[in-house]
Amino acid sequence: MYNVKEIVANRPSRFTSGHRMCAGCGAPPVARMVLRALKPEDHAVIANATGCMEVSTFMYPYTAWTDSYIHTAFENAASTLSGTEAAYRSMKKQGKLPANGDTKFIAFGGDGGTYDIGIQALSGSMERGHDMVYVCYDNGAYMNTGIQRSSATPRFADTTTSPAGKVIPGKMQSRKDLTEIMASHHLPYVAQTIAFANFKDLYEKSEKAIYTEGACFLNVLAPCPRGWGYPTDMLMQINKLAIDTCYWPLYEIIDGKYVINYKPAKKLPIEEFLRPQKRFSHMFKEGNEWMIEEFQKEVDKRWEELLALEGMGKEK
Amino acid sequence: MWEMIYIASSLRLPIVMSLVNRAVSGPLNIHCDHSDAMGARDSGWVMLFSENNQEAYDNLIMAHRIAEHKDVLLPLMVCQDGFITSHSIENIELIEDDKVKEFVGTYHPEHYLLNEKEQMAIGPLDVQSYLFEHKYQQAEAMRNAKKVIADVAKDFEKMTGRKYSFFEEYMLEDADIAIVCMNSTAGTAKTVVDELRANGVKAGLLKVRMFRPFPTEEIAKALGHLKAVAVMDRSDSLNGAGGALFEDVVSSMYVGQKQVPTVSYIYGIGGRDTTSKDIHEVYSYLQEVVDSGKIDNPYRYVGLRK
Repeated sequence: MYNVKEIVANRPSRFTSGHRMCAGCGAPPVARMVLRALKPEDHAVIANATGCMEVSTFMYPYTAWTDSYIHTAFENAASTLSGTEAAYRSMKKQGKLPANGDTKFIAFGGDGGTYDIGIQALSGSMERGHDMVYVCYDNGAYMNTGIQRSSATPRFADTTTSPAGKVIPGKMQSRKDLTEIMASHHLPYVAQTIAFANFKDLYEKSEKAIYTEGACFLNVLAPCPRGWGYPTDMLMQINKLAIDTCYWPLYEIIDGKYVINYKPAKKLPIEEFLRPQKRFSHMFKEGNEWMIEEFQKEVDKRWEELLALEGMGKEK
Repeated sequence: MWEMIYIASSLRLPIVMSLVNRAVSGPLNIHCDHSDAMGARDSGWVMLFSENNQEAYDNLIMAHRIAEHKDVLLPLMVCQDGFITSHSIENIELIEDDKVKEFVGTYHPEHYLLNEKEQMAIGPLDVQSYLFEHKYQQAEAMRNAKKVIADVAKDFEKMTGRKYSFFEEYMLEDADIAIVCMNSTAGTAKTVVDELRANGVKAGLLKVRMFRPFPTEEIAKALGHLKAVAVMDRSDSLNGAGGALFEDVVSSMYVGQKQVPTVSYIYGIGGRDTTSKDIHEVYSYLQEVVDSGKIDNPYRYVGLRK
């Protein structure tokens, strides 16, 4: 049985306080909880794509990572780590590393470094089947460089490169569904999760991903107070609204079988998720009701598709 | 890829890369020139150039010892001409596997990511207060590489009898005019030097092997007595001021206070054949410079259709 108090008491955070990430940022709880899913005795190597998380957790000569950690560039956290994992297997085979030890490989990248710039490296590493986990913390834009739109940015979001105004209604394109792209790699384990309530969903999926042999992928929504425009103390509420509106469904794909982990008893209208965020404020102006309708339609469509995918697995 | 070249050297990884020199797009061309190597010349890699397959083989055997030396710890690329030597068949002298293994040795890194007993974090955000010092350490390592390259070559000579210096001087000591170049063109140039010498022309050649670190003092010394020099670059730096090797040679000469009329020649771009006729043309021009005491244009091309 998952017990958050026990987990926190027995597994000190391997990602320490003192990092420079913003108050109200959704990424640090993700890093902390994913690493807590490691068995305390296991050694880990963490790779990080360039981005908020990297620049604010490892500014020379300080690091917030107690595990071995490598950052090389923006586009290649996955290939940096897959190379490390390949070296590990080779060195172990050659007897250059202790035979009894167990090293786990975990990569973190934002949506810029994962959905966009790093997708080629990610796809290759996953297809090659390295024993590693790639964790995308998706905050839906290039937040580190000043809120430029990415392929993870939802339609209508106001960003500095998709400014909502008289000419365009915010981002004009719909959000890429990376979790489904990863599912199409036919990996042993793919999941979509978020930090909410007592972190059970995030913890358990991290544990499964880390301890399932082969290439596994986690997509974790990680809100950004600067880019989304919500008060810093609202992080956990925003996360809850993302799942209660089915904007960010919690589900996992185990060897191709879909399981939806959370179906809200009452699916909230998407306005609930959009309203507290400044990036969507123009959608609530008179005459812009169509934007909310379109947004709702897209959320509904994707939710129905997901339900259908889960249903197909059950019929088999 | 370019950013990773820099990251590899800043992480002080003694990677050995065999760089078969080919043109960089665009438009697309996969044939020999040195634009790939010249693009990487300031990236912090040790760079050795090879005239033929024997030299490429020998340089690669020496490479690990140089790169992994504790005073160096830098990646190293061994360059050779794409297709011209990389895809040609030549007889070379091989060394027995056990001798090579003993010569190369085993790399035992002091720190490494997979060491369970020592956590390490590499590739930080390195801002105004530190990057300068870190780059200086790389520059020091590159300066240290010079001695290590010489020492390893001495050991290699003991094993094989084959001698490697920072550069090869061919009929240079008593020469009046000389070409400086790298890789396979040196072979063509040697033939031309022989022909010119048979006709009484005091022609010579300097073939650069160690391009990074650049042997500035030694080059100035080796070329200082000449009456005219042509530096041939198989890559155009597109800078309005001559090729990369040319710039390094002339700055070495200037700093070494050797005043020799020197011209830049760009040649062989995109795999264009460079024939003995082309090399004759270069020496002829050098003779003209000596006879007239004038250089009409120091930034020249050879083998280019007009």
